[in-house]
Amino acid sequence: MGVLDSREPQGPLANKWTNHKNEIDLVNPANKRNIDIIIVGTGLAGGSAAATLAELGYNVKTFCYQDSPRRAHSIAAQGGVNAAKNYQGDGDSVYRLFYDTVKGGDYRSRESNVYRLAEVSTNIIDQCVAQGVPFAREYGGLLDNRSFGGVLVSRTFYAKGQTGQQLLLGAYAAMNRQIQRGKIKSYTRHEMLDLVLVDGKARGIIARDLVSGEIERHSAHAVVLATGGYGNLFFLSTYCMGANVMAAWKAHKKGAFFANPCFTQIHPTCIPVSGDHQSKLTLMSESLRNDGRIWVPKRLEDAQAIREGKLKPTQLGEEERDYYLERRYPAFGNLVPRDVASRAAKERCDAGFGVNKTGEAVYLDFSAAIMRYGREKALTSGMKDVDDNTIRELGEKIVEAKYGNLFQMYEKIVDENPYKTPMMIYPAVHYTMGGLWVDYNLQTTIPGCYAAGEANFSDHGANRLGASALMQGLADGYFVLPYTIGDYLSDDIRTGPIPTDSPEFDAAEKNVTDRLQKLMSGTGIHSVDYYHKKLGKIMWNKCGMSRNAKELKEAIKEIAELRKDFWENVKIPGRPDSKNQELEKAGRVADFLELGELFAKDALERNESCGGHFREEYQTPEGEALRDDENFKFVSAWEYMGEPNDAKLHKEDLVYENIKVKTRSYK
Amino acid sequence: MKLYLKIWRQKNASTKGQMVDYTLNGVESDMSFLEMLDILNEELISKGEEPVEFDHDCREGICGTCSLMINGRPHGPDSMITVCQLHMRSFNDGDEIVIEPWRAKAFPVIKDLIVDRTAFDRIQQAGGYISVNTSGRPVDANAIPIEKDMADKSFNAATCIGCGACVAACKNASAMLFTSAKVSQFALLPQGQVEAAERVENMVRQMDLEGFGNCTNTGACEIECPKGISLENIARMNREYLFASVKG
Repeated sequence: MGVLDSREPQGPLANKWTNHKNEIDLVNPANKRNIDIIIVGTGLAGGSAAATLAELGYNVKTFCYQDSPRRAHSIAAQGGVNAAKNYQGDGDSVYRLFYDTVKGGDYRSRESNVYRLAEVSTNIIDQCVAQGVPFAREYGGLLDNRSFGGVLVSRTFYAKGQTGQQLLLGAYAAMNRQIQRGKIKSYTRHEMLDLVLVDGKARGIIARDLVSGEIERHSAHAVVLATGGYGNLFFLSTYCMGANVMAAWKAHKKGAFFANPCFTQIHPTCIPVSGDHQSKLTLMSESLRNDGRIWVPKRLEDAQAIREGKLKPTQLGEEERDYYLERRYPAFGNLVPRDVASRAAKERCDAGFGVNKTGEAVYLDFSAAIMRYGREKALTSGMKDVDDNTIRELGEKIVEAKYGNLFQMYEKIVDENPYKTPMMIYPAVHYTMGGLWVDYNLQTTIPGCYAAGEANFSDHGANRLGASALMQGLADGYFVLPYTIGDYLSDDIRTGPIPTDSPEFDAAEKNVTDRLQKLMSGTGIHSVDYYHKKLGKIMWNKCGMSRNAKELKEAIKEIAELRKDFWENVKIPGRPDSKNQELEKAGRVADFLELGELFAKDALERNESCGGHFREEYQTPEGEALRDDENFKFVSAWEYMGEPNDAKLHKEDLVYENIKVKTRSYK
Repeated sequence: MKLYLKIWRQKNASTKGQMVDYTLNGVESDMSFLEMLDILNEELISKGEEPVEFDHDCREGICGTCSLMINGRPHGPDSMITVCQLHMRSFNDGDEIVIEPWRAKAFPVIKDLIVDRTAFDRIQQAGGYISVNTSGRPVDANAIPIEKDMADKSFNAATCIGCGACVAACKNASAMLFTSAKVSQFALLPQGQVEAAERVENMVRQMDLEGFGNCTNTGACEIECPKGISLENIARMNREYLFASVKG
């Protein structure tokens, strides 16, 4: 396992990052001007990295498929960003954030990385406030916090239900400052189609201008992939429509190991699927579980009557409802982590207690919170002898102030008023913990190729806690990569510009144009979406919230067959040398059809349940995930060997020196 | 339901476009507007025709990518939403629906319903930021208390998604609402004061350079804004601009 050197610094956990920063090589400011860096993806990780690296003096080129860096899907993150500020004085600390994250990830993440994440989390908030990010504040003028799942403190900073938007616009603004200075060249409506290696090092990319269809060569001394996760593998997910794995997958095929592909987060509170025409799913922020209570009817006949439209949820009394999370997990209640909440919803719906016409929905009910807030408001306003209707009105106003935009989104989609009747929710694919394997410096197994944010695997183990994705994206981009990449680039101060007329660039470009031609030559009748939907069904049914060996084997076979069919038959109108959205989609789905197979293989080889990976064969008598630390306390890092199914497994053993590995319990 | 669609088709920026008629069957009321277009495109592809290209990404009303003029209104007939949040229950069986791209000199058509909005990026690049170093060590976040009311107002201005509906709605294709939202976000915060004068001057200059029209206070932008960005922001920007000019 020589190749999997995680390069964790020596010394005590709390000093590792500081020591490392003191020991790594730096590039002097004058030399930075002679070094080029390509950053693919302009979400929180890519945008913040681009701004910071440009500010340090490097020449940065950014690439995004959207028409502006501001539209990356980080923008859709709702609930918040964690930081161990302990402003609430409720006992939070760097260690506690570290501990919660490792435990939340079911002991499948790297200790040193997570500790560093917790350590720099506080800088993020300082940084963002200095940039003018308008976080929510209390009446005293100080920053407000709320709670998220899987923790017992209030450490989440937020901007209503638009935290991701505000943080991304902060990073975008920082980028704009560098674009104006000429230090960032921003390529929008561009997609990376291949990674170029020269002498074994990442030295550039082949990109397609999505407007003209032109194929372009771009060189650099290092390439950073900050291209997000691969949840669109499932077709239906809370990802944006364009989210894809192309950059990461191309790097994988060129030698970057892909880690823990089967670790996927299925978020418990999304708006349920309404029909076959559906193109995407919408998240209802986890922050709603601060105030919403999740339930299904206690009696099967009530659930059935609700499904048939004969009974309304508001007609059921308290004693007729099963608040199953509060029942099963009294310590954390509705704020158990996402994987636990999702499985519990599936369990109830599979048992026949689902509450919409498809039987795949549970209630998220705000009536108790509305009345509680209303009573408090009446008291603080000095109102006496107030009737229930007035209390309800007062309470609705408070809930609106907290979650107004989410309630509006829900009402527009479902056509029901969630202030009056409980929301219906069901789990949906939301995030991928797996991704490119990286060392402590965020470098992949290809020298000079780095991965940041959701695109790497590093910090969340087998399950990510709420409000930690924003934290990780910004930590990687603002505070980690700018230090660690210098260590590598210090060897490149005399290299000079990388030419793009080398045989390596020729070969990579030819590879790309051949592939586009091949995609365009399909002779069948079905569109790209037809194949994508089929793949999504296989993934959801056989590699979704619960998995077993038999179905995973079937999935591997079915995906391989579907891939063959796709390459022979997919029908793409138009031409490759002009704007062509179907061709864009086809390239992305082609990669998913390979990754899907590796995903299933990874899930099959991991004979344990941990975090979001639930194997039916490995569970406790109460139906909780049964981990196998003796045999599976490692990161699975896959090396590409030709076909996805031939991938070779490398293991990074996980060592816990500062945390006691125990059974994860939220009871 | 059955719909009669009239859709703007244009091959690329350098060719002329035209309205094309399509009849679409089997539309359900709980589909989103974009899912309706997905179905149309599937039909077109199966017939060997090129699908209608339109911009879209998050499909949950926050990225600001989708940008359709529907029956003459940006983002369609409903208020406070983007096209991707518009559902077919807002239409009736037999309706004729006219779908066009944003129309503005500063937003040239790229293809079909897709326009080029990079002018918005350039306005932001001209000054839509606070010049602090990202890798620096700023003061503790709670060292500057900010009145909740001001923070909330700043946040409201900051929720602009940059979709361009304000420009599309305006008879002068003015970008005042968009530009003023960013100017206001920072003008309302103590962190934004240092560069306030320079910011507003640079952003307004760029806005004019891009070819956006003047504001004549009709208020159409505020009505069509999917995020409810208030006209107050334009008034605030005008004040900021005046102060900046006086300050010289």
